[in-house]
Amino acid sequence: MKQRRKEKRTFNGNTFLLIITIGLFLAMYIAGMVVFSDKGFGKPQMFLNLLISNAGLIVIGCGLTIVMVTGGIDISVGSVIALVCMVMADLMENKGVSPYAAVLAALLIGLAFGVVQGFLISYLNIQPFIVTLAGMFFGRGLTAVVSKEMISIKNGLFQSWAKCRIYMPFGSYSNKGKFHPAYIYPTVVIALAVLILIIVMMKYSKFGRQLYAIGGNQQSALMMGLNVKRTKFLAYVLDGFLAGLGSFLFCLNSLAGFVEQAKGFEMDAISASVIGGTLLTGGVGTPIGTFFGALIKGTISSLITTQGTLSSWWVRIALSVLLCFFIVLQSVFAAMKRKKHS
Amino acid sequence: MKTGRKVIGLLLCAAMLVGAAGCNGGTSAGSKSPAAVSAGGESQTGSAEKKSGGTVTVGFSQVGAESDWRTANSESMKGTFTDANGFKLIFDDAQQKQENQITAIRNFIQQEVDYIVLAPVTETGWDTVLQEAKDADIPVIIVDRMVNVKDDSLYTAWVGSNFRAEGDKAVAWMEDFFKSKGRDKDTINIVDIQGTIGASAQIGRTEALEAGVKKNSNWKLVAQQTGEFTQAKGQEVMESVLKQHSNIDVVYCENDNEAFGAIDAIKAAGKKVGTDKGEIMVLSFDSTKAGLNKVLSGEIALDTECNPLHGPRVQNIIEKLKKNGNVDKKAYVDEKMFAADDTVKSVSAGTGKFDVTVVTQDVIKGRAY
Repeated sequence: MKQRRKEKRTFNGNTFLLIITIGLFLAMYIAGMVVFSDKGFGKPQMFLNLLISNAGLIVIGCGLTIVMVTGGIDISVGSVIALVCMVMADLMENKGVSPYAAVLAALLIGLAFGVVQGFLISYLNIQPFIVTLAGMFFGRGLTAVVSKEMISIKNGLFQSWAKCRIYMPFGSYSNKGKFHPAYIYPTVVIALAVLILIIVMMKYSKFGRQLYAIGGNQQSALMMGLNVKRTKFLAYVLDGFLAGLGSFLFCLNSLAGFVEQAKGFEMDAISASVIGGTLLTGGVGTPIGTFFGALIKGTISSLITTQGTLSSWWVRIALSVLLCFFIVLQSVFAAMKRKKHS
Repeated sequence: MKTGRKVIGLLLCAAMLVGAAGCNGGTSAGSKSPAAVSAGGESQTGSAEKKSGGTVTVGFSQVGAESDWRTANSESMKGTFTDANGFKLIFDDAQQKQENQITAIRNFIQQEVDYIVLAPVTETGWDTVLQEAKDADIPVIIVDRMVNVKDDSLYTAWVGSNFRAEGDKAVAWMEDFFKSKGRDKDTINIVDIQGTIGASAQIGRTEALEAGVKKNSNWKLVAQQTGEFTQAKGQEVMESVLKQHSNIDVVYCENDNEAFGAIDAIKAAGKKVGTDKGEIMVLSFDSTKAGLNKVLSGEIALDTECNPLHGPRVQNIIEKLKKNGNVDKKAYVDEKMFAADDTVKSVSAGTGKFDVTVVTQDVIKGRAY
């Protein structure tokens, strides 16, 4: 009886935070559509651009949500992006490797990061922050070893992937009266497919439930007979793989490899997760929330760019206020949960 | 009790959020009215006549605000594309991130700006987003760094510095200077403190010096090493060079920061900076205010400008595009030379003749950066 009540409450926590995130996103976007209706904010393409620009963030954010639900963290993802983009660019431009092999290399790099970091964290019991901090330095350093120069990806096939537009049955008229159909890039399709898969996995699979159980209380998960180490390890492997895949999507958007790429990206991904309702202490969080967290971040920067006169550093200020708001919200929620327990 | 405190915290945060949203709404409402007016004006004049009248909207995506040069560059754009000049500027600071610039350009396209001006963070990776701009019939003008795209027609024009010409001017000045001092037969030992390897400024300025050394048989390049455009690295390189060579005549620093470091190293080694025989002559590039102050004090002999004031040139291109649509693909900004004395009054390098300005307090005061 008690067991079932606890489960129900976790579910409630997830939905409660999720509703706030989605509500906030809708409020912001609709406000933008009203205030900036003359600046194209109401166009469907403006919304699709949010998905196009944040495809990589959505995928990597999903990976982070998985490890954060177990109570861990991964701050190496920004460096993984830089490394993957650089290796892909180097392979295709300097080594003449086909784009297919380059994509495979990207996924393998992500997977390798996941396996090594996951092993250190789960089997050797080292703090995730320290392990992934090392991963972050390692990735960035290795990027510079591959090449210090900027490499532009000019491979015809790869560029055709990047430029392949999938037109939507709707669109908008420009001020000159010309009809522009709305479009997305394949990156958006991949990102959304990954998102749906991860949502289903987290909610309905045994592995997904185990992740929540470990994050909620590692000790009781262990006593319930869960293989905590193995589950944690797999969480980091999956996170690494998603980082590799997300980096590939990022690379399709940026078409370049250079050392300074995606610096600070890990913080964007973590903040998307937190705004999306993931608890840093673990046990609570959903990929769909992270998705909306990423969209909120995109909407803020979009609003500020459209406004035109505000410095773009206001994006950071708005994000910090939001983060603050969500963290306090979460801790109120956690305090309420504890009170009911005792 | 504890929960109560948390609830108060939550309320405070909510208040902050509302406050931030409030300011946001306020400013945007304020800025909305001129935009609404311009939109109304456009619809009255119609799209055909839009070229001759009405406000021209320019979206400018800037790299960031990492240096004085960059700030002066932004100020030049803001000063040029003013409401009074018939422009509306949408300025976006990318905080050194390429992905921010790509997002900003997509935003400009949806806003249907008339022109996009891009100062790219990187030379690469612009193919997709510039294609989107082209499909939306928005001309793109690149400033400062060049973009490296497969299809040249993705941008309309480029405005920036001619780094090779900057170097050529400095080399020509050096030739004339030594000639007028009667040292054109003496051996001149030159140290080249290069910029960050691969940067277009480094490539152009180094090439010019190497060509000069090839041309003048009495010039000797005794050391060539990168100072990465920083003061600390410039000093480090100069210190090590001074340990190996005792008879250096010229230090060719590829930006002002390196020159500051080199000057410190020379002084610390007990040598003198200056233009006389036995002294070490420092040449520099960029002409920042700090650099020109060093020229005034005689520590830098010649500082060749790297002009950040791109605004008027870009405006010029936009005016031309409005009239007939034909512009040069490349446009260089005018760049001056600043010397400590008037030994050389003008130099001829490449295609033209360039006057040398002697630095005074007034010259420095009149500079924008």
